[in-house]
Amino acid sequence: MRITIDKNLCIGSGQCALTAPSVFTQDDDGFSALLPGREDGAGDPLVGEAARACPVQAITIAED
Amino acid sequence: MTETVSFPQDRTCPYHPPANYRPLREAGPLTHVTFYDGRKVWAVTGHTEARALLTDPRLSSDRQNPSFPAPGERFNAARRFRAPLVGTDDPEHNSQRRMLIPSFSLKRTAALRPRIQQTVDELLDRMLAQGPPAELVSAFALPVPSMVICSLLGVPYGDHEFFEEQSRRLLRGRTAEEVHRARTELEGYLSDLIARKEQDPGDGLLDELIEERLRAGAVERDELVRLTMVLLVAGHETTANMISLGTFTLLQHPEQLAKLRADESLMPSAVEELLRFLSIADGMLRVATEDIQIAGRTIRTGDGVVFSTSLINRDGTAYPSPDELDVGRSARHHIAFGFGVHQCLGQNLARAEMEIALRSLFTRIPDLRLAVPAADIPFKPGDTLQGMLELPLAW
Repeated sequence: MRITIDKNLCIGSGQCALTAPSVFTQDDDGFSALLPGREDGAGDPLVGEAARACPVQAITIAED
Repeated sequence: MTETVSFPQDRTCPYHPPANYRPLREAGPLTHVTFYDGRKVWAVTGHTEARALLTDPRLSSDRQNPSFPAPGERFNAARRFRAPLVGTDDPEHNSQRRMLIPSFSLKRTAALRPRIQQTVDELLDRMLAQGPPAELVSAFALPVPSMVICSLLGVPYGDHEFFEEQSRRLLRGRTAEEVHRARTELEGYLSDLIARKEQDPGDGLLDELIEERLRAGAVERDELVRLTMVLLVAGHETTANMISLGTFTLLQHPEQLAKLRADESLMPSAVEELLRFLSIADGMLRVATEDIQIAGRTIRTGDGVVFSTSLINRDGTAYPSPDELDVGRSARHHIAFGFGVHQCLGQNLARAEMEIALRSLFTRIPDLRLAVPAADIPFKPGDTLQGMLELPLAW
């Protein structure tokens, strides 16, 4: 699995980090970021829910 | 077309959608309603359709568009006012939002929790010292978010009676003229405050915006005044309603309250469920700027669209037993804060305030109860944010 965040779309709502905090965080400016080493989702079942929770659909998940 | 349902209508029970909206649920996910002026407007009631339409850039939030729908006479005041954030489209909206995103991040919100807890504790100390009985809206539900947004922005809480009254007239004024006057009063107040802060800076978000944006010429003075007004009003009226109506609703569902008291870790999910169940901002508005095909229908350019949050959040295809309050359920993906680029900027602050306020209230006062029969407690009319007008409590 490969997770991509479109930072141009991101509005910093924090829904990804709230839903799947083991994979997503917010950078110092409040925009979505992946935690180091978790770029592949680390098997967290909530990654899909986090992408669905994004109000601007800035998160895409590509299955390997 | 058969006779359409008029929108908005008053709720019959403060925590349920109006009983007369039933035909809309049955005719959904996309149907028509009639506004006060006789205009037919699309009503969205389906969860999937709401998510699709709220992220569709062909629906505009520009209240100055002559075709923008007005669900009541006073909403026409919005045509005279370019409301930052809530009344603009991208790219203008995006540049306004980006100024504020860092200040409302999860980290910044988490850092405010001790301050929120302190505010809540002090208000409860005072309420306990004076009561019972107590009137929760004035003693607690309104002061909590009002004090928090003042401290965040750097607006003196000492002026709260003035700006709370103007906010009330802004959101619930009887005529467009009254709404316009309230806005002018607030603009004058905030304009003076900004001028004072330029001479004598404090440490709030408004001071930051003056220092980093206004002085650099990145924001116009008028725009900063209007932006601050939107944040101040949105920052206290909404959460105040959630605290008062949330308290009332939990007291009316003792088995859910008992479940919550038995397991405090349920509080975050209980807050999401209350947001879903209560849907206090019931009637988000848009206008179509292009034709949109959805659910086998065509929304035409210039058509008005209203999102009935209370019906969307009770769509049975998204939530099993949608009319039941269940603090243990996953209410994820509700649209109480909206969806798309306009989703509430302060949602994480609101969550923190609700969690702390409700947890502390029910922990500090274990035998909290309504002081009068539920049917005698007044709540807000349908054409504004939903919530209790008063909430008399005893213990």
